[in-house]
Amino acid sequence: MSGHKLSLVVNGERVEADVPSNRLLSEFLRDDLALTGTKRGCETGVCGACSVLVDGDVVKSCLSLAVQMNGREITTVEGLGRVGALHPLQQQFMEKGGLQCGYCTPGFLMAAVDLLKRNPNPDDAEIREGLSGNLCRCTGYQGIVDAIRSTAEAGHGA
Amino acid sequence: MPDTLAHPVRFGSNAGQPVTRRDGIAKVTGTATFTADNSPENLLHAVYVPATIARGRVTHLDVAAAEAHPGVTMVMTPGNRPALQGDPSAKPTMFSFRIEVLQDDSVRYAGQPIALVLGETLEAATEGARLLNPRYAAEPARTRIDDDEAAPVEPGGFGRPAGVEHGDVAAGHAAATKAIDVTYETSAQYHNAMETHAVVAQWEGDKLSLDVPSQALLMSCAGYAYFFGIPAENVTIRAPYLGGGFGSKAIPTGPQVLAILAAKETGRPVKLMLTRQQMFGPVGHRGATRQRLRLGIDDGAALTVIDHEGLAATSSFDDFVEPAANASQGLYAAGALRSAHRAVRLDVGTPGPMRAPGEASGSAALECAMDEMAEAAGIDPLEFRLRNYAETEPGTGKPYSSKALRECYMQGAERFGWSGRPLLPRQMKDENGLLTGWGMGTALFPCPMFAADARATLRSDGSALVETSAIDMGQGAWTALAQIAADSLGLPLDMVEFRAGHSSLPDGGVAGGSGHTATAGGALHAAGGDVIRQLGEIAAADPESPLHGAGNAAFSARDGRLYVDGDDSRSDSFADILARAGSAELVGNGSASRAPEDAEKFSMHSHGAVFAEVKVDPDLCQVRVTRMVGAFAAGRIINPKLAESQLLGGMIWGISFALHEEAKHDPRTGRIVNADFAGYHVPVNADVTGLEVLTVHEDDPYVNALGIKGVGEIGIVGSVGAIANAIWHATGHRIRRFPIRIEDLLTA
Ligand code: FES
Ligand code: FES
Repeated sequence: MSGHKLSLVVNGERVEADVPSNRLLSEFLRDDLALTGTKRGCETGVCGACSVLVDGDVVKSCLSLAVQMNGREITTVEGLGRVGALHPLQQQFMEKGGLQCGYCTPGFLMAAVDLLKRNPNPDDAEIREGLSGNLCRCTGYQGIVDAIRSTAEAGHGA
Repeated sequence: MPDTLAHPVRFGSNAGQPVTRRDGIAKVTGTATFTADNSPENLLHAVYVPATIARGRVTHLDVAAAEAHPGVTMVMTPGNRPALQGDPSAKPTMFSFRIEVLQDDSVRYAGQPIALVLGETLEAATEGARLLNPRYAAEPARTRIDDDEAAPVEPGGFGRPAGVEHGDVAAGHAAATKAIDVTYETSAQYHNAMETHAVVAQWEGDKLSLDVPSQALLMSCAGYAYFFGIPAENVTIRAPYLGGGFGSKAIPTGPQVLAILAAKETGRPVKLMLTRQQMFGPVGHRGATRQRLRLGIDDGAALTVIDHEGLAATSSFDDFVEPAANASQGLYAAGALRSAHRAVRLDVGTPGPMRAPGEASGSAALECAMDEMAEAAGIDPLEFRLRNYAETEPGTGKPYSSKALRECYMQGAERFGWSGRPLLPRQMKDENGLLTGWGMGTALFPCPMFAADARATLRSDGSALVETSAIDMGQGAWTALAQIAADSLGLPLDMVEFRAGHSSLPDGGVAGGSGHTATAGGALHAAGGDVIRQLGEIAAADPESPLHGAGNAAFSARDGRLYVDGDDSRSDSFADILARAGSAELVGNGSASRAPEDAEKFSMHSHGAVFAEVKVDPDLCQVRVTRMVGAFAAGRIINPKLAESQLLGGMIWGISFALHEEAKHDPRTGRIVNADFAGYHVPVNADVTGLEVLTVHEDDPYVNALGIKGVGEIGIVGSVGAIANAIWHATGHRIRRFPIRIEDLLTA
């Protein structure tokens, strides 16, 4: 598969890469950039485990090709916050028990960032509706809603 | 039952606390490493080809086309598959099932692996697999429960449940003044952990190292070792995190064994990760059932008989028969009890244990039947259950090790507001005109224990290292087990380093049966106790210790100090005791399992009561669960936050069972037509509102040293029936088939 030159920003850093045209964004992030926080759960756009932000909007990286990302800015869970400097949503997911196995968690976090950007003060029904593109099989749904609500209440919604 | 501990286990300040999970930080930052996140140097990617027929033979594979694809390095078929030392039909460990590893060209179910392709990239291997373009000689597929003759189950341990009979069943039927005879069906369900099955395999000589999600690390080592003819010690498994398991990740599966074989053959590390579609095949599922329940009552609404016959679908080549009918044992005080199992062999993958195996399907039918019996008797379903409350185990008369079910009923009903419930259906509407109904179900789950070992090492600075190959598949082992270990050592949690998730550690047993916290926790508790005992001996013999000469007096450990029991003025710090003894560290070992005679003495179960409210659109028949309260008594709760999360998760699985999950076969091809998350429905957040969990206090001095009963599975058990019964209460329709669909209600 022929290579394509790609220049983009991932988690604030400029990345230049050569990718085959059939490489999914999810595989590009996980395999080429070793950003394995982004998960594979279905590869058909249903589960949301692979959610990342592209230019600030949530995108399912299993439905995007890496070559489409030229000139774009991507944020993965690794870029959301780190130990010692957690994003408020990361802090709340931990405290409110918004996770069990944690496999769906990066995707839920990215979807939640997008949700709060669009609606800084969602009610519970809006939170649930806003997360309908993400599955948690374990399931930590209650804690996830609690985490997003408390993040919004603390004024970190925007 | 006594409600106080006979020999109270002293617990410090760690257990019982809603400690935030210790693995949370890794999981929210994306640094928790799951199997497929590992990519060693020089990696090859493996992709297998799933059969698209359900019975027959593979007659042709276009190997040349696949091999010619750039980046494809190997195509493995039955024609060239390197030898395996173990027999694919053998069952090397507990829970094993027969696997397909290209041993021949036969196809036993759709989704079975029929070839494996290796590539330098995932894309190359995927395309190579597609190019194989198999042709088949297909035979008619049997995929529905009526597609073949049912046969009685020959009892034989795991997967072949024995029937049970207590009392005079014929007399029980004859004595009934009112009776029901109802048949309920449950659908095939697939575990579908969010992390699909995967493996990263690397060989060094005859040593095999695996990243693989496993619910039983040491047992899995033995299983893999068997297939490759090497000692179990030669296999190392790393599995710090599992992206869910639910019963499907305890044993080696065919695709994983093939990937390991490919690594051996190529001399390179190999990664294989199932696609979501591939999760509907060789990795187990909950088999479909059809259950007939005949219940009878006397004039006082006392059950004269519960007669429960289960028919379960299993594969054509192996035994796993869903022990659904056994859910009727141990719960209600019926005069006579019978459970019987039959199986039908179909062209489907072999079923296996899936979260609350037996109980989930069996209780779904039983709790609905109880509701129907209560209706026939004209009494409230809760009152009916209370009239048939078992004070000792029905049939055997064994005492329960503890049973706070009555309290669960009362507290759950109170919280839910059950008391105003109209007896007849179709009596309640909400402000939008939606039919509203309330239903309930009882939850019961056994408390098995496996066997586990652990090691605790007290270090010279007074901190400790505790180790066991425990498994965290989301339930919170990293936290709850560390809490138990810290208490056993009398140390604050942050002084305890906990190592788990690696097969080189002492055997942490099996994360299954809701028994992991009790078993691995019990081993950790014993290991800590062993350290404290040795420390006491050293201190008592040390003239410089304030504890010198304390002789046989018991010691207790708190905050890194050892105290003479009942005399707080005499104490010594761990670090000082070790320093004076010139010891750099002190090692203690512990193990836990249940003595068979203890298992004989008591009936050991967790209990619960689930209350559900549903709203049903009178025209469209769309059903929504709007409220659920589950009250559970499960012995000692180590971490209320984690336990609540487990119980809620179980209740959501109950919603899923009642309303969503069903694998549907195309009768012509035998394939599952909805083998992905678009077609196989599980609840999303929008399906889940108003859930509440109450844990009812329970001290159990007999179930195990820690009094833990387990919370991983019971949440699903009463929930399914509660929802179905609420749907009847809202609509007046009994839908005797799960999941309950809109079309069932529209045509009822
Ligand atoms: S992996 Fe992308 S949505 Fe599931
Ligand atoms: S926490 Fe396991 S899938 Fe969500």
